[in-house]
Amino acid sequence: MRIALFVTCLADTLFPEAAKATVRLLERLGHEVVFPDGQTCCGQMHVNTGYQAQAVPLVRRHVRTFDPFDVIVAPSGSCVGSVRHQHAVVARRAGDVRLASRAESVAGRTFELSELLVDVLGVTDVGAFFPHRVTYHPTCHSLRMHGVADRPVRLLREVRGLDLVELPAADQCCGFGGTFAVKNADTSTAMLADKLRHVVSTGAEVCTAGDASCLMHIGGGLSRSGSAVRTVHLAEILASTEHDTVADERGEQVVRS
Amino acid sequence: MTAREVILARLRAALDPAPAPVEVPREYRRDAPVDLDRLVDRLTDYRAHVHRVAETAVADTVAAILPTGATVVVPPALPPAWLPATVTARPDDDLDNRQIAAADAVITAAAVAIADTGTVILDGSPDQGRRVLSLLPDLHICVIRAAQVVAGVPQALARLTSHRPLTWISGPSATSDIELNRVEGVHGPRTLHLILLP
Amino acid sequence: MTRAFLGMPTTAPRGVGHLRGEQTFPAAARQALADPQLRRNLGHATATIRAKSAGVIAEVPDWEQLRAAGSAIKADVLARLPELLEQLEDRVSAAGGVVHWAADANEANAIVVDLVRATGNDRVIKVKSMVTQEIGLNEALEAAGIAPVETDLAELIVQLGEDRPSHILVPAIHRNRAEIREIFLRAMPGVDPGLTDEPAVLAAAARRFLRQTFLSTPVAVSGANFAVAETGTLAVVESEGNGRMCLTLPRTLITVMGVEKVVPTWRDLEVFLQLLPRASTGERMNPYTSMWTGVSPGDGPQEFHLVLLDNGRSAVLADEVGRQALHCIRCSACLNVCPVYERTGGHAYGSVYPGPIGAVLSPQLTGVADNASLPYASSLCGACYDACPVKINIPELLVHLRDQAPHPRGESAAMAAAAYAMDHPALYAAAQRATRLSRLTGRRGRGLPPPLSGWTASRDLPEPPAQTFRQWWASR
Repeated sequence: MRIALFVTCLADTLFPEAAKATVRLLERLGHEVVFPDGQTCCGQMHVNTGYQAQAVPLVRRHVRTFDPFDVIVAPSGSCVGSVRHQHAVVARRAGDVRLASRAESVAGRTFELSELLVDVLGVTDVGAFFPHRVTYHPTCHSLRMHGVADRPVRLLREVRGLDLVELPAADQCCGFGGTFAVKNADTSTAMLADKLRHVVSTGAEVCTAGDASCLMHIGGGLSRSGSAVRTVHLAEILASTEHDTVADERGEQVVRS
Repeated sequence: MTAREVILARLRAALDPAPAPVEVPREYRRDAPVDLDRLVDRLTDYRAHVHRVAETAVADTVAAILPTGATVVVPPALPPAWLPATVTARPDDDLDNRQIAAADAVITAAAVAIADTGTVILDGSPDQGRRVLSLLPDLHICVIRAAQVVAGVPQALARLTSHRPLTWISGPSATSDIELNRVEGVHGPRTLHLILLP
Repeated sequence: MTRAFLGMPTTAPRGVGHLRGEQTFPAAARQALADPQLRRNLGHATATIRAKSAGVIAEVPDWEQLRAAGSAIKADVLARLPELLEQLEDRVSAAGGVVHWAADANEANAIVVDLVRATGNDRVIKVKSMVTQEIGLNEALEAAGIAPVETDLAELIVQLGEDRPSHILVPAIHRNRAEIREIFLRAMPGVDPGLTDEPAVLAAAARRFLRQTFLSTPVAVSGANFAVAETGTLAVVESEGNGRMCLTLPRTLITVMGVEKVVPTWRDLEVFLQLLPRASTGERMNPYTSMWTGVSPGDGPQEFHLVLLDNGRSAVLADEVGRQALHCIRCSACLNVCPVYERTGGHAYGSVYPGPIGAVLSPQLTGVADNASLPYASSLCGACYDACPVKINIPELLVHLRDQAPHPRGESAAMAAAAYAMDHPALYAAAQRATRLSRLTGRRGRGLPPPLSGWTASRDLPEPPAQTFRQWWASR
């Protein structure tokens, strides 16, 4: 299958290993990955901060960039949420009905990674090897907006060597919320403190999730608290194999503490 | 412009352009078998005391609940056979609130009961009386027949008449206002007995 | 004022009622977060109610169908609001009630004060009502020399403690049993000095304290959960029996309700009476629900007044997206699942409507500028939307209202610059490379200026990678 990668601005800029892992994983499964030129940011930050008008060109750019592709994947639940739940709204509010309908069409072809693997590609054992104790944080947008439910966990259970431990109060938000983390820093920090406490309580070496943004938040907190727990994107775990020595040794694909 | 005209004009202006008409999907359950055991289970769960007896045993059941000499408020058309000789009946011939509050108990019939929720509903019929009767005494004995029990809320509303004053009762008076734990016994009757007849 | 202006949708007036806070949400939240007792009380209470509610909702196989019906009925109500209110007025009047219309809080307060004065009484008993808190009725009554007595246990705790309510359903949720005992010992006349902090003992103390007041006060003020247009029936849902006391014992009953509380038909109650108790207190059914239609000769109040209140609701209705906030049945499920509310409590929201629903309702009732920080008081985690029994898409509304909020000038400029760069891939790539310069700002971002210091006060920034993804892709 020919799959277009919507890398997301955050993974592109700060967490390229998650995006590279998405490419490696899909190619290993026999698919062709293309990276449409001209993609930048889906505009989620603008929309969620109250700047819908400024997001219009970003929506237009995103739709133009990805419209030619049948299947689009992003290693991020919240960016997929932006495409699915916000792009058409933004376009319609700007009075651009045609853009709204194209945005809806693109949204229908856009998948979060675990959805693509399980629902579209029909695979749960991706042949991964990751010999670590791991706990999984189901990010809010994946959990509630997309209802990815247990798809990531089903994928993780098939990873050889991986010891999956349940995260207490997993469905509680980590407190990121984009600019919420800055505008309401105290509340965000209080939410993060509880998330960190739960993560550490699992005894896991690695906390994983399907969203680089939440991982940046949790990882930033773990790092600041001096914890040895590392954050690793779900794509990186699924991309790891016995042959492809776990890249965290290189220190590139993890938030280092 | 009166306030009425102002408000209606505002609301009409707010609804311009007119929203599309709304079709209400009613795919929820409207028919279900009546399960008397469920009614008992739900009532008991909320600390009501349930007695399943034959109609002929109502008076004896009441006698067992109330101490001898207890004063009992009685609605005008309560079946006299339900009252044991051991209690002192206070028929509601315009009792004042203090007289009602001073009674030890009240006995009423009911209009409908809901099994799913453990609810009995009083509609002010002559065997149930004015609303205040079942409110001020600290103990309420309510007698209900199996034929008055319905499965759920939709079936109950279908049996009720809107112009009567209705009191829906699900267990004794309670509050969740202290640390969100349900505590029985605030302003309404602190003890509720249900006598369920076949 | 011209007729045309009078008839336009209008927000709630300033200077009366409790819809506007004195501080922004972040500032008020900071104080609340510094109170560990408050955090413990809220954490315990919200966890308890979440578990209870989830248990009884799981018993209902058609919960989703009920939610869909509830949401649609409310949408239908809003679409036909003027005609339904006229129908309600007609039916209530026919049943012996008197209907009054109040365009705002001041008018409603004046109507109630006049009605109480006309009875010649200087005290009223009150059953918990959000709307009378919204309009500041107690203050208006007191100013007129009339003493309002709150009879709901939590409201009584708040009133005796000279406190403010912090939850829609359980206004004293921020108080634990020990604190409640202290308030009663301090402020409840005639209380037993040996009072313990057992919840049952505290409830019994409230029973004794209020019983005499119930029996001797001939005027009551209530809110309403539902008003049926088809029949003129009012419904009040409660637990303790204080509602029944207020609705049954007095000679005169005055009910104040927001115009959006009307439902079209008797049958519609079958949906809401299933949704509300399970979503709010986590009960299959609340202990008591009272329904009345006008006046019943010989039973209950012989004088009934219904006050229909706008106070900003027409302005909410005018926003096609925002109007779904008027679906709210005040169950407070969204508060109980909200990670922000659980940590900050209700006072931080400033308005009588706290939590997620407050963050979308209060700014619309007052105009967004008067509550500009509230739409941002959410991480958009979506738990409120899932919990809402009438399916109000609160995250969507929050984002919608953020778009209407006044923005800080510096932020606007930064957002415009970012949007411009993101629409120009060459600039975007250059900006990406510039993030590497952040290595110069100190270790892991420590030392960044505000507002970014909000992040780095408690969190490190990631180390920028040596290569962006698109550089890697290009080099493949």
